[in-house]
Amino acid sequence: MTSLPTRSLEDQVRSIVAEHRDKRGALLPILHAVMEDLGYVDPAVIPILADELNLSRADVHGVVTFYHDFRQTLPGRRTVRICRAEACQAVGAAKLADQAQARLGVTFGETTEDGAVTLEQVFCLGNCAIGPSVQVDDRLYGRVSPQQLDRLLDVNA
Amino acid sequence: MSGPDETVTVYVPRDSAARSVGADEVAEGVAATAAGRPIRVVRTGSRGMLWLEPLVEVATAAGRIAYGPVAPEDVEELVAAGMLDGAEHRLRLGPVEDIDWLRDQTRVTFARVGVVDPLSAEDYTAHGGMAGLRRALSLTPEEVVAEVTESGLRGRGGAGFPAGIKWKTVQQAESALKFVCCNADEGDSGTFADRMLMEGDPFTLIEGMTIAAWAAGAQEGYIYIRSEYPDAVATLRTAIEIAYTRGWLGRNILGSELSFDLFVRVGGGAYICGEETSMLESLEGKRGMVRAKPPIPALEGLFGKPTVVNNVLTLGSVPMILADGAEAFARHGVGRSRGTQVFQLGGNVARGGIVETAFGITLGELVEGYGGGTRSGRPVRTVQVGGPLGAYLPTSRFDLPMDYEAFAAANAMVGHGGVVVFDDTVDMAGQARFAMEFCAAESCGKCTPCRIGAVRGVEVIDRIVAGEDRPANLKLLNDLCDLMTEGSLCAMGGLTPMPVKSALAHFPGDFGTTTEEQR
Ligand SMILES: Cc1cc2nc3c(=O)[nH]c(=O)nc-3n(C[C@H](O)[C@H](O)[C@H](O)COP(=O)(O)O)c2cc1C
Ligand code: SF4
Ligand code: FES
Repeated sequence: MTSLPTRSLEDQVRSIVAEHRDKRGALLPILHAVMEDLGYVDPAVIPILADELNLSRADVHGVVTFYHDFRQTLPGRRTVRICRAEACQAVGAAKLADQAQARLGVTFGETTEDGAVTLEQVFCLGNCAIGPSVQVDDRLYGRVSPQQLDRLLDVNA
Repeated sequence: MSGPDETVTVYVPRDSAARSVGADEVAEGVAATAAGRPIRVVRTGSRGMLWLEPLVEVATAAGRIAYGPVAPEDVEELVAAGMLDGAEHRLRLGPVEDIDWLRDQTRVTFARVGVVDPLSAEDYTAHGGMAGLRRALSLTPEEVVAEVTESGLRGRGGAGFPAGIKWKTVQQAESALKFVCCNADEGDSGTFADRMLMEGDPFTLIEGMTIAAWAAGAQEGYIYIRSEYPDAVATLRTAIEIAYTRGWLGRNILGSELSFDLFVRVGGGAYICGEETSMLESLEGKRGMVRAKPPIPALEGLFGKPTVVNNVLTLGSVPMILADGAEAFARHGVGRSRGTQVFQLGGNVARGGIVETAFGITLGELVEGYGGGTRSGRPVRTVQVGGPLGAYLPTSRFDLPMDYEAFAAANAMVGHGGVVVFDDTVDMAGQARFAMEFCAAESCGKCTPCRIGAVRGVEVIDRIVAGEDRPANLKLLNDLCDLMTEGSLCAMGGLTPMPVKSALAHFPGDFGTTTEEQR
């Protein structure tokens, strides 16, 4: 695929930093902005952030790896998160978890080979009265039946 | 009743739980179907009757008439049946405030949730908003602290520490810079009240934090919201912008000498960041490693400055306390548990949602009365109260009154008020194993009993269930639990034994053992 020349990763990251650097404790807002713009925290981003924020690479790496949100590989086009916490366990979350893994042929944290879906687990989405709950990108679904899960996993939908 | 030419107001929640079961499609359907008839669709928070979502309300001369649960495909039929005039239908529930589930509650913190448009400043003031802040600003900071102390308000985040005492410590600390931080990490499974208040009445939280800033002498505030709550993040960010334009935030708030800036920060998907010192580390842009106490955050908190850290519901209760007085709040409740508590019914429950009521209601009244038993229709076997670190209780303890002290005496905790119901298909050894697994996954890693102990805990439970040298392994599990309780720096490792030991004590059969064998 050819595309127009894009800004270098470095330029992109430096302009994200410029936007957030005056915030107190700027690293987390910056990492969220990187996730938003690039979809993941490419390992190449870490030295740039370290340089911009006057931190060691180890410090930045430590923060990136501490939080579940900051993945270091490109996610699929759609991210499906299945809630596996207690309230959803009580209404059949384990079955949905098995169903999703079997259907996509991946385990939690993995992306399907065609890059369509990343499957993740999550512990509570704040929808515990009408579970089981599933999140697709930023959209929440409640009372998810096996049939509805199939529809949510259907990449052509 | 409104005639065919008068504009009809229809309320459909924008709460993410309601949206998760189709509220957006219902709202669009109502607007589209009513073509020809002037109609105004207002997106509110949720009333908290979550099993009835999407719940639609229509304004009539007889009050707001509720219909629910309304599926998107029901809309056309409902409108044809005369829903816009409040007509009969199998989904009609009558005037919403007469539904006994709601009527029997005492809505204080949640008074406006589901009633108002969350992002309408006019609605907010028309329903009593800003009265608390106005009164606070007419008092000295010392008087505000005294009022909060007298109300008996205790932290709603789990530990139940008196809010007034914390505020006083920050107030008396000498520093040119102080902070107010709101803990909106709400990681406990079975809890969603913080989210619903933020999505349904965000100005209440902003007002509560501003009052805290006045009382404590703080200049800046941060709301730390978990990333799993994108709707709450968006709602609060918009509400903060509106508050600035109204002079409710920023310089010289409401013409007073108070200046206060407020920011939203988003978490990173780590449960431990709900622990207050871990949250402060995270707000500083670091790994969420728990800090040793002392120093307490009230003296050395965010960036080492004196900091008020309170839960969303704690801060959200403050405007009412200031507006109506400490007495009005303290009148509710029992013993040292004053005011109302926002209980949350979840899991396998027929009627789940928000039950705000005075402390002292029994566990059974909540689960059987409000909850109506299980959703599956099978018998209730256990409930977990207070989140993943809370105890599993059998139905024989349904007599327990919901108050901090009574629960502590029963080796349990009220925590953030979450009650998760399980039916008789639950495997309690599996739940105990999960508690250890969760601790192993979410431990910040600072202390060995938590980091390593939880991993060992999973293995030992597996051996017990497999029947390998059961007496020895049961003893090992008990010792391990004691070690975690005594040797952990924070309640993550310290309280994980609570669900494990309670499951074992009340349901030994699920571990293939008897109570006798455990001795
Ligand atoms: C593992 C762990 C998780 C916690 N999670 C939360 C949380 O999500 N929200 C919260 O308000 N408090 C949480 N707490 C309690 C906080 O440490 C702290 O007590 C609270 O924010 C103080 O506010 P409050 O006094 O208003 O309750 C947690 C504590 C621990 C040990
Ligand atoms: S108990 Fe666990 S979570 Fe708490 S400080 Fe120790 S290692 Fe961290
Ligand atoms: S436990 Fe699944 S949404 Fe809360």
